[in-house]
Amino acid sequence: MSIKKIHKEQPETFKFNDKSMEAANKIVSNYPDGKQQSAVMALLYIAQRQNDNWIPLQAMKYIAKFLEMPYIKVYEVATFYSMYNLSPVGKYFFQICTTTPCMLRGAYDLVKVCKNKISEKENVLSEDGKISWMEVECLGACVNSPMMQVNEDYYEDLNDKKLEEIIETIYQNKIPKPGSYSGRINAEPVNNRKTLLGNKNA
Amino acid sequence: MLKDEDRIFQNLYNDSGADIESAKLRNDWNGTKDILEKGREWIINEVKSSELRGRGGAGFPTGLKWSFAPKEVGSRPHYLVINADESEPGTCKDRDILRFEPHKLIEGCLIASYAVNAHKCYIYIRGEYFNEGQKLQTAIDEAYKNNLIGKNALNSGWDLDIYIHYGAGAYICGEETALLESLEGKKGQPRLKPPFPALIGLYGCPTIINNVETVAAVPTILRRGAKWFSSLGRPKNTGTKIYCISGNVNNPCNVEEEMGIPLKELIETHAGGVVGGWDNLKAVIPGGSSMPMLPKEICDNMKMDFDACVENKTGLGTAGIVVINNDQDIIKCMARIARFYKHESCGQCTPCREGSGWMWRMLERMAAGEATPDEVDMLFDVTKQIEGHTICAFGEGSSWPVQGLIRHFKDEILERNKFDPVVKKNKNIPYLVDQHLLEKENA
Repeated sequence: MSIKKIHKEQPETFKFNDKSMEAANKIVSNYPDGKQQSAVMALLYIAQRQNDNWIPLQAMKYIAKFLEMPYIKVYEVATFYSMYNLSPVGKYFFQICTTTPCMLRGAYDLVKVCKNKISEKENVLSEDGKISWMEVECLGACVNSPMMQVNEDYYEDLNDKKLEEIIETIYQNKIPKPGSYSGRINAEPVNNRKTLLGNKNA
Repeated sequence: MLKDEDRIFQNLYNDSGADIESAKLRNDWNGTKDILEKGREWIINEVKSSELRGRGGAGFPTGLKWSFAPKEVGSRPHYLVINADESEPGTCKDRDILRFEPHKLIEGCLIASYAVNAHKCYIYIRGEYFNEGQKLQTAIDEAYKNNLIGKNALNSGWDLDIYIHYGAGAYICGEETALLESLEGKKGQPRLKPPFPALIGLYGCPTIINNVETVAAVPTILRRGAKWFSSLGRPKNTGTKIYCISGNVNNPCNVEEEMGIPLKELIETHAGGVVGGWDNLKAVIPGGSSMPMLPKEICDNMKMDFDACVENKTGLGTAGIVVINNDQDIIKCMARIARFYKHESCGQCTPCREGSGWMWRMLERMAAGEATPDEVDMLFDVTKQIEGHTICAFGEGSSWPVQGLIRHFKDEILERNKFDPVVKKNKNIPYLVDQHLLEKENA
């Protein structure tokens, strides 16, 4: 579950900066005339990206005006979908998938590591304020389980040791490499590939 | 095992790269214009006779779906929508198509949009697949640059624009009408059907919605002929399919195989077998988490296609195979799936919104051994009251896995849950106190 609690301290104003404005106008042009409401999801993302990965209420009001739609409808969308953060999260936002396919391969070991190394509770910032973590539902990389998402990148084929290393890397101000941590870049059977070998060797 | 040349997705493991030059070496965009020139009727008939069934879970014949689109464009434009909101636990096939075979998808979009008279195509990608979406966008830009799509695509006289729309982490948006609501910028809550989207869909216009894998398979089918495709598998269950094998196997993987391949062969050959050997197998979820699980006895001789799955009271779904071995607590696994559905229910219909939470809480208690024996029947009754009483198929999707558990592992649940709330020793205690809570063995 994402953080659907509205943050207590809200900024007074919100405005798209030039980069966001350009992106927003481009998105709106993807949809037919008069159907600009379709862009609301993308615009919320843009606002979230501009505002350190969370959406203040002022941003929703701003988007409502921008798209000429009622504020409550933007609010509805922002609270319905789970990827919009309505309260601040860490600069590195760890989302651990714990749905059954990941759970079978030890996702709860990762949760334990997060509890030890980041914070005891979900959605609480780590001591240096860089990382927060939460359990999420299936992220759609089940054959690379257990896995997690940090901001936009997937980290796959993890175990508790590898996750500890990733967290340590971030604490040392370095960015860990996304992708699989068992040496594969895709969803092939490791050491057991029997198909499309002609392409592999080509 | 399927021969390599019969595999549609040659770059499933990204051996050669997803860019347009590599894609053309794999025969993508080869003769697409000739296919378009054969006309709408021919394309739809060819897809019909290939007996391609939708790969998104329900298995609806694709050619038939396309033929539902109005033949002539009236006052309202037609739309093609591609469903890449892949969120079913156990499934990750579309992700690899978006990453590694984007040109198959784009070519499929061109052919499909021509067949259903659409000039605009929206690809709805789940928000978590941001990087995959970026890769697809790169491929779309390449296609525009090479005049493969856009104005007068391939000089065929057909205009097509493709846009990507990102979702934001709602499982329910994989349901086609919820997806349309979401595309229109609303909460993803499914619509009542009828009217079906083929007549009244996106913005009230005729809309055809297809899964990524379905559309990406179409160009190869048309190039190699419907006969080739229907020669694979068996009648009504033709062609190839990407299977995602995850869970307790030695080498979890995605693999494209013929429809109707025996489940045991699939797991043993491609996924390196069950952890601890085949005899250590407890159960298999054959088609993503919303399909009922099967115990080992059925898995021994089970074939993986739509009709064989239905015969065994389950479904092929998205072919996300989750293998569970004897080291796992099967009730706990199901409780976790029930929690998933509780989290993802959109909240529109009461049976689903409330029932999914009930099922989760009951299963958690059963996993902990705190339920009474008759609660098992009560749980089954709850699932029956959800199933078929909701607007969309989420009700079935959330209650079938629980039914599967009770159908095959009822004894195990009963063995663990022997809690008896009946008060045996009567004590003289004040009125309105739950007596059984005061007794130690029941506390």
